[in-house]
Amino acid sequence: MSTLWKKTYDWIDERVHLGDLVEFMGKKYVPVHRGSVWYYFGGVSLFLFIIQVLTGILLLLYYKGSEGLAFESIQFIMSKVAFGWLVRSIHSWSANLFILAAVVHMFSVFFEKSYRSPREITWLTGMLMLFLGLGFGFSGYLLPWNELAFFATKVGTDIAGVVPIVGKPIMVFLRGGEDVTGATLTRFYGFHVAVLPGIFTVLLGIHLLLVQRQGMSEPLDVEKAGAAERKTMPFFPNFLLRDLLFWLLILNLLAILAVFFPWELGKKADAFASAPAGIQPEWYFLFMFETLKLFPAKVWFLDGEVLGVMLFGVAAILWLLVPFWDRKSARGEKNRAINYVGLAAVLYIIIFSILGWFM
Amino acid sequence: MNEQTSPESRNSKRDFLKYVLGGGLLAWFASVAYPIVEYLKPPQQGEVEVSSVKVGPLNAIEKDSGTIIRFGNKPVILIRTAAGELRAFSATCTHLDCTVQYRKDMGVIWCACHNGRYDLNGRNVAGPPPRPLDEFRVVVQGADVFLSKNI
Repeated sequence: MSTLWKKTYDWIDERVHLGDLVEFMGKKYVPVHRGSVWYYFGGVSLFLFIIQVLTGILLLLYYKGSEGLAFESIQFIMSKVAFGWLVRSIHSWSANLFILAAVVHMFSVFFEKSYRSPREITWLTGMLMLFLGLGFGFSGYLLPWNELAFFATKVGTDIAGVVPIVGKPIMVFLRGGEDVTGATLTRFYGFHVAVLPGIFTVLLGIHLLLVQRQGMSEPLDVEKAGAAERKTMPFFPNFLLRDLLFWLLILNLLAILAVFFPWELGKKADAFASAPAGIQPEWYFLFMFETLKLFPAKVWFLDGEVLGVMLFGVAAILWLLVPFWDRKSARGEKNRAINYVGLAAVLYIIIFSILGWFM
Repeated sequence: MNEQTSPESRNSKRDFLKYVLGGGLLAWFASVAYPIVEYLKPPQQGEVEVSSVKVGPLNAIEKDSGTIIRFGNKPVILIRTAAGELRAFSATCTHLDCTVQYRKDMGVIWCACHNGRYDLNGRNVAGPPPRPLDEFRVVVQGADVFLSKNI
């Protein structure tokens, strides 16, 4: 067996010079410091994304993306297809854990200022992937064509329509018409399984390539410490094995969640029914939902929702561009203001999510 | 090519080629992008213009209740007040497009999505809705109730 393995290796090595790659990977080190635990969340996000791709492909084999068949096809998956309930529940739970892991990863990078020069592109691609992740969540939410999803999509796409000038055409583009109909479902299906994965994969490729090329970022104070005080750990096999152990734990968590808390399907969407009481978006949109709920109808001459949506838009752009306006961190100086901004954002998101959940 | 060409004329030739090729590239790009952008715009579908719909017999509508009626492809809420009066409004919330409902316990038209409230004249009285609901005309002909656009 080992000679067969060796022969195969040699055969490939002769053609593509695996030696260089092995040498590169052997020289890969992960810094060890008080914040090292945060390094794992990027890997966890990657793992959950892979699970999404695999379970998503499995769901594709039975799902039917049209108004008359979508809800029924998921009922079929959940009740007739062997382990269909498991695959669908894992897909839904893993989607939520993915957003959670990616948000933790993003905030850890933010608080460590790892976005600072020379890692601006890594931050940008990461943030774009987080936005795409929210897009995945939003578009996937509609695919079962149930009541909650129907109204969530109405509200979500109407929010896009609120933006002055460009909003209306974007809304019509997203909905495939003036209203949320079967045409919207078909579009979202296309976005969810083709457009978003395509763009995401390119960004992921750049993101991972940059991490390999530039190595892991270290916190400012660690970076400044002398070589004697800096500790590292080889990526192969030390860090990788820890990564895999974490992945295994996550896989177990997913299995427990999917088995004991199977994802509900709800009631089929009806365009001529009232929005049900207690309607809410997914938890990661709750803080925005609650804000829009509390905004008054009119603020000065602007409609409340227009102002709310614009404020969120501006905040998202500023957040995305933080490597370019945080000049202090770029120069390697401490910037406490960023910590306060980040803390305010975290508190805001937590408080408004809790309010949204209970109100 | 004439070997005697001065550098200036060679440069202007180069500029000319740059513009022609660059322009050609732009034109090519536009001719690819244009059909794609147009394709992405959903075609206008001929909607059946509905001017009135028959709801049904008056005695089937309970007092102090609200029902969603299909008016073309838009939902309309028909309310019969406790006093027996009939009123109809567009059921699409003016805030973010959800479909409203009649709340007996509060005596208002309520939107579940963001807790918007309208009184029984369709006026936005609480929560985030920026505008009142459009009113529809309710006509009782014989025993039947009809809805029509309020023009």
